[in-house]
Amino acid sequence: MSAELWRGASSLVDTKRIARFGATYAAEYRIRNMLKWWQAIVAFGVGNPLLYLTSIGIGVGTLIDKHTHGAGPDGVKYLTFLAPALVATAALEGTMEEVTFPVVHGFDWRKVFFAMHAAGLTGKQIAQGVILSAISRAIFTVSVYWAILWIFGAFGSIHAIWLIPVELYFGACFASLMMAASSYMKDDDGWFAIIGRFVIAPMFLFSGTFYSLATLPLSVRWIGWISPLWHATEVGRHIAYGHTLSFQMIFVHFGYMTLIGVAGLLIAFRKFALRLAA
Amino acid sequence: MGCTGESEQMITAKGLTKVYGDFTAVAGIDFSVARGESFGLLGPNGAGKSTTMRMITATLQRSGGDLTILGKDPDQAGPEIRAHLGVVPQADNLDTELKVHENLYIYGRYFGLSKKYLSGKMEELLAFAQLEDKRNAKVDQLSGGMKRRLTIARALVNEPEVLLLDEPTTGLDPQARHVLWDRLFRLKEQGVTLVITTHYMDEAEQLCDRLIVMDQGKIMAEGSPASLIAEHSSPEVVEVRFGSDRNAEVAEMIGHIGDRMDVLPDRILIYAQDGEAVLSEIIGLGYHPVTSLVRRSSLEDVFLRLTGRTLVD
Repeated sequence: MSAELWRGASSLVDTKRIARFGATYAAEYRIRNMLKWWQAIVAFGVGNPLLYLTSIGIGVGTLIDKHTHGAGPDGVKYLTFLAPALVATAALEGTMEEVTFPVVHGFDWRKVFFAMHAAGLTGKQIAQGVILSAISRAIFTVSVYWAILWIFGAFGSIHAIWLIPVELYFGACFASLMMAASSYMKDDDGWFAIIGRFVIAPMFLFSGTFYSLATLPLSVRWIGWISPLWHATEVGRHIAYGHTLSFQMIFVHFGYMTLIGVAGLLIAFRKFALRLAA
Repeated sequence: MGCTGESEQMITAKGLTKVYGDFTAVAGIDFSVARGESFGLLGPNGAGKSTTMRMITATLQRSGGDLTILGKDPDQAGPEIRAHLGVVPQADNLDTELKVHENLYIYGRYFGLSKKYLSGKMEELLAFAQLEDKRNAKVDQLSGGMKRRLTIARALVNEPEVLLLDEPTTGLDPQARHVLWDRLFRLKEQGVTLVITTHYMDEAEQLCDRLIVMDQGKIMAEGSPASLIAEHSSPEVVEVRFGSDRNAEVAEMIGHIGDRMDVLPDRILIYAQDGEAVLSEIIGLGYHPVTSLVRRSSLEDVFLRLTGRTLVD
């Protein structure tokens, strides 16, 4: 390297800029890493809604609509009933994928978070970057999901477009909580498989995704009440086709999701900082 | 380089301490590193070198004492300090899913460096690391020495005020070590301030202007490699082997020869002003070693003298 051209970090690096934009630098890394798997992300983003639509939305939907004469759960076509739940699921699952394995990758497998930290990024900025990148991916996934549902005639009104930002917000809230949980993992150790089977799968099945939660007995209905997916689905149905929700319940749904989001972020910020300085 | 004077202190530690529970990893050490200096922390595994290194890279909070890095307290200004340092950790933390040039680029982005600056800087760093023809290779395809050179190149992307290297050549073969030393020596020639931890005495002698010898969290000695050798050892060392069952017995008979003697399980070390003369005297007394070696005194001998143990146990 040429000594004459060496300007030195004090003239090259703007620490105030890092303090302001550090989270976006961390997100830039995550997005670049994510793009190495773009084929899988696109295949999942497009393939998943198509599979659900053809199998459950159209297959099961045809059966239900035939017996209910188009006035299925909530008095709408089954596909209309199902569509907001699928968008909510896409948002929550899409963001979760980018905050679970990548966090273990960053802390344990490749220790790239330690490289970021050594370069001046704080634990909080790295955590913010992880969430930002997860939302970036979810923007693609949720938009594709919504567009395919629109093409299949799942939404009666263009107002259903509001599903995209609202479900992205819920996805970010859920992702914050999952990021906090992931930040405590020393290694995978099968925990993600356990979470997938005993948290995510029950959440998907008991959140009123495929039927109204009210049809479940009270002994298992509580699973839906604590499930972020149920809260996201209820608001989604309200937006998409006017599912009846009182102002108080809208407040409860947003409040619950915001609460887990804020708690997740606070726990993650603290744990990221502690692990990087341990 | 924009040097402002050799006496400017880049790092100053006074009573620097790190305690984990009831274990003291670093026990109140004092040292300073001047601009343009190549400073070493030498000691065996577990001596407290890496803990010290992590504290002076502003990534590990100290338990006690004063520490100033680039004129700032890392407890108050950790991110600002880190943004002006270059850090080469003991274990490479490159991203194996990114290509070689992408690892340099994205690391530069953590410092908020512009894409325009980085496009030129990447070429410079790839040339420095001798990895131009590997720019599009994945990190997993690189040898250990190449990964190490890439990690060092990456640490230079922000043109750091101080480059800190934790065990830079551990685990590398001799050829890869020499290539790496050459790269580091070039940086030293350019006046880059280097701080290196190592348990290799030859590495410390090659690269360090001044060093501290650490053991059990304490500084055992401080100075240039030459001055430490002059102060704590004799100019030459005779290594003789009589067989592990005879070494102790012969040592008693030749104990009066030379300045000082250390009896190790596998050999006897005799410190002397003139090694050849000592060897002749031993043979003259009728003791014929199985193998013998006359060599210059090294930091290994200094460490043995100070601690009674070898650097690599």
